[in-house]
Amino acid sequence: MNLFQFCNGIIVWLVELVNNLWYWLGDVLPWYFGDFFTGIGDFAGSHGHIVVMTIVLESLMVIIVALINVLNFIWLDRKLSGRIFDFYGPYYVGYRIGGWLQNLADGMKLFVKEIIVPAKADKLGFLLAPVIFVGSSFLILATIPLSPNFGIATNESGEFVTAGVLFAFAAFAIAPFSILLAGWSSNNKFTLIGGMRSAAQMMSYEIPLLLTVASVVLLAGSFSFVGIVDAQHDIWFAIPLFIGLVVFLVCIAAEVEVTPFDLPEAEAELVEGWTTEYSGMRFGLFMMTSYLRGYAGGALATALFLGGWQGPSLIPDEIWFLIKAYTVFVVIEWMRWSLPRVRVDQILELGWKRLLPLAVLNLLIAATFKTMGWFSG
Amino acid sequence: MWINMGPQHPMTHGLWNLRVKVDGETIVDAEPEVGYLHRGIEKICENRTYPQIIPLADRLCYGSSLTWSHLYCMTVEDLMGVEVPERAEYIRVVTLEMQRLASHLMWLAAYAVDLGMMAGFIYSMRDREVLVDLLQSLSGSRLTYNYPRIGGVAHDLPPNWDREALRACNYIETRLKEYEDLYEGSKIFMMRNVDVGLLTKEDALDLGVTGPPLRASGVRYDMRKDRPYSVYSDLDFEVCSRPEGDCFARYRVRIDEMWESCKIIRQAIQRMPKGKWRTVAPRNAPVGTGLGRVEDPRGEGMMYVVGDGSDKPYRLKIRSPIFITVSAAPSMLVGYKMADVVAIMGGLDMCIGECDR
Repeated sequence: MNLFQFCNGIIVWLVELVNNLWYWLGDVLPWYFGDFFTGIGDFAGSHGHIVVMTIVLESLMVIIVALINVLNFIWLDRKLSGRIFDFYGPYYVGYRIGGWLQNLADGMKLFVKEIIVPAKADKLGFLLAPVIFVGSSFLILATIPLSPNFGIATNESGEFVTAGVLFAFAAFAIAPFSILLAGWSSNNKFTLIGGMRSAAQMMSYEIPLLLTVASVVLLAGSFSFVGIVDAQHDIWFAIPLFIGLVVFLVCIAAEVEVTPFDLPEAEAELVEGWTTEYSGMRFGLFMMTSYLRGYAGGALATALFLGGWQGPSLIPDEIWFLIKAYTVFVVIEWMRWSLPRVRVDQILELGWKRLLPLAVLNLLIAATFKTMGWFSG
Repeated sequence: MWINMGPQHPMTHGLWNLRVKVDGETIVDAEPEVGYLHRGIEKICENRTYPQIIPLADRLCYGSSLTWSHLYCMTVEDLMGVEVPERAEYIRVVTLEMQRLASHLMWLAAYAVDLGMMAGFIYSMRDREVLVDLLQSLSGSRLTYNYPRIGGVAHDLPPNWDREALRACNYIETRLKEYEDLYEGSKIFMMRNVDVGLLTKEDALDLGVTGPPLRASGVRYDMRKDRPYSVYSDLDFEVCSRPEGDCFARYRVRIDEMWESCKIIRQAIQRMPKGKWRTVAPRNAPVGTGLGRVEDPRGEGMMYVVGDGSDKPYRLKIRSPIFITVSAAPSMLVGYKMADVVAIMGGLDMCIGECDR
């Protein structure tokens, strides 16, 4: 049973349950009311409505899974940074579960804080930027399946869309636009520079990133995550395309803005960068979404290089996938807490002079393997 | 576009303002503004008796308060003609070098976090605790020690303190090796530091820069060697200097100084004689002047006191190294990127307490 069938079952059951009410009302009420309720019942029972509601339920489930993972990620990040920095990390809130509830407490605190809009800010842009940032980040998860049975970008029989990889990276690349918008509309010099840096940074990492993805796609011969993971049945792409994995991890670190590459929010020189003027839950959403992007980055690295959900079948596919994604996240966080920040001209140099040739070399290697018929599943 | 980096800004480490004019990300002009923390200490001192000024002198610099109270006591001893017992001088040297270590570690912590490296901050602050704990067991407080006295120091060393100090030296030396690996082994750290914020020898001398920034520009000038005070002339240590004049040289000079400080502490504890640690100083100072110059962790600190025969100084002038050094900011900043501001200004080790007085 895949996610679609599961959600479809729930929706059909719910619709039947509620339709009892509509049809009963249609029976007992006079015709001019009764027809109305019967019509509602007919609409609710129609195929189109059930499919739409199923997809809504599916999306909700994927979002909830993502949010629970984000809570875990923030907790893991804090605990891990505590281990690196010689302190305990969150401890008291949720004492028995290792301080896990601290995130919820912080979220509550951010909820009750005032949302301040600067007087000279562009109100529309200021409001729209978090929406685009959060929305586009959730959109990345739309096509990433946790297993062949857990994903929403499927048709009714459970076949995945064929261009899921393209969609995920397209959604990943929307965020710098919202960062630029946030930086510009806040009407603050620091946020403006942060937004501009985000645009400059995007130019440096996006091309090597997509070239490594292209090498994976070339080797697997498929644009869908399921096809790519199936192609890694014998050997993970991390081994033949090791250079690609390294380039990919560096680029993903730049994409999710963790410390060696967190130029847009470099707190030493730009106060808090493009998030300077955001307060309360809007800032909380930015924080939460940056970890969500970390989760998405880990999931992408898992699907493209680390064999996705493949592993000994002692534990379920989804758990395998999450274990690998968490591992990638931990590596990125390790990098984040132990490296200084690069400069904006240096990241351009890094992207164009180091990562791009490596990515092209990686593409060449992938093409060679494909021609020879090695490793391609 | 003029950008105010300060008075409330993560870069400033204190309350001052650096106005930079940027063209894109490149700095074309810079203008430091200080004075937000002016407390009028020089004027307050004119209304206090000589011993009452020691805690005030402590409050000149939160990073290395002991240097300043020691400098004040030295100056007044010069004015009054008080002979300090030798044991007191050795105790002073040990505590001064500990203060230098603590101050440089605090600088390293702030510098690491300026470059976005949280781990360095936590490690340096953790290791500074060892020295602060030692000074606390000696003087009772952790930030403003109020330990030197006119004519000696307040207390003798507690039992076993010298042994603890030697152990602290060993600990700090192992940590210093770790720092060298952590920072110099990091390619990004080198990228951010080498050839950034160049200050030529001529500029440094013209602008009156002292301390580690001057020595990093290739001038071997250290008060402890060139105009020895206390018992530094008896001790064997090197003046750390680098010819490059960039941020990395400043970092390296400070790390080398920490090694030298450990060496000095060992020697001073070894040679420390037994005996008195304090002599009685007169209540009133004679008519005349006194001058003291020390090598603060940040540069050359100088005090000039004028006595008028009463128990209060007629005038106390404080020469702060950072007040002079910060005026060299534009010549270091222009032409570099905005992200280099934190590296360059962090490399100067700003301490606004002594700068604004």
